[in-house]
Amino acid sequence: MKIKVIVTLKNGVLDPQGKAIQQTLNGMNFENVEDVRQGKYFEIEVKEKDENKAKSLVDDMCKKLLANLVIEDYKIV
Amino acid sequence: MKSSVIIFPGSNCDRDMDVALKKFGFKNQMVWHNDQSIPKSDLIVLPGGFSYGDYLRCGSIASKSKIIKSVIDFANSGGLVLGICNGFQILTETGLLTGILQQNKFLNFICSNVYVKVKDKQNKYFKDLKKDVLELHIAHNEGNYFCSDDELKLLEDNNQIAVTYCGEDGAEDESTNPNGAIKNIAGIFNKNKNVLGMMPHPERMIDKYLSGEDGSLFFKNILDNFK
Repeated sequence: MKIKVIVTLKNGVLDPQGKAIQQTLNGMNFENVEDVRQGKYFEIEVKEKDENKAKSLVDDMCKKLLANLVIEDYKIV
Repeated sequence: MKSSVIIFPGSNCDRDMDVALKKFGFKNQMVWHNDQSIPKSDLIVLPGGFSYGDYLRCGSIASKSKIIKSVIDFANSGGLVLGICNGFQILTETGLLTGILQQNKFLNFICSNVYVKVKDKQNKYFKDLKKDVLELHIAHNEGNYFCSDDELKLLEDNNQIAVTYCGEDGAEDESTNPNGAIKNIAGIFNKNKNVLGMMPHPERMIDKYLSGEDGSLFFKNILDNFK
């Protein structure tokens, strides 16, 4: 079963790369772009048929490795 | 004084550290990341570099490597653990030190000499150090120290801030902050002050003809405090 995870910086944590992307987009005449936050996306193939069990395993992985909870939030999608 | 330097795939300051430690009289050994145990040591050093290619987050993969449990046990039993640059990043990822090193504020890799102010001398690294400001070298892309307000308060209340970026005269302000680190933090201790992580490289400042000697003071001081 494939579980998908998105890791993003917490609100309020400075994201200089997102800022640089936003400024570049503005410079390319996408003037409506007000903010960009960059994150990470994972597809994790888990040997598990029960979706809840698989998600709970991935939740544990997020806490222990995939996200650093000091600055990042994660969302299992 | 016996020391061990841990080598991870991608470490690149491990041999510089070995040279520096031996120059001042440490009996140093190199330890591979895939080993399970560390030879008897008084000091363990996690060197600079790009362990595991900086994949995922700097230091995150190394913080789960085979050898790291021994490092954590050693630290928890009061042993001296020093993490320089990538070593500092690894220490935050293990949880031995609080906070995290984020990408530099202006997205540039910084390679330059800096001055750092020694903020606390009640510890085995800086006790009786004759200088308050050291000239050291930094070379990093992720040195922008960050932690929550609550953690920062704890660091300040327990005098766990070890060194801060400053001017030659010791003045700390935004102009002397190279990477955006909160409170100009360049290095911190754990609560018991046996674990020290810092971005600047003392091992690059051990020769008066090549670089400077403030790194020499740092290593000699650890040895003096051990005697």
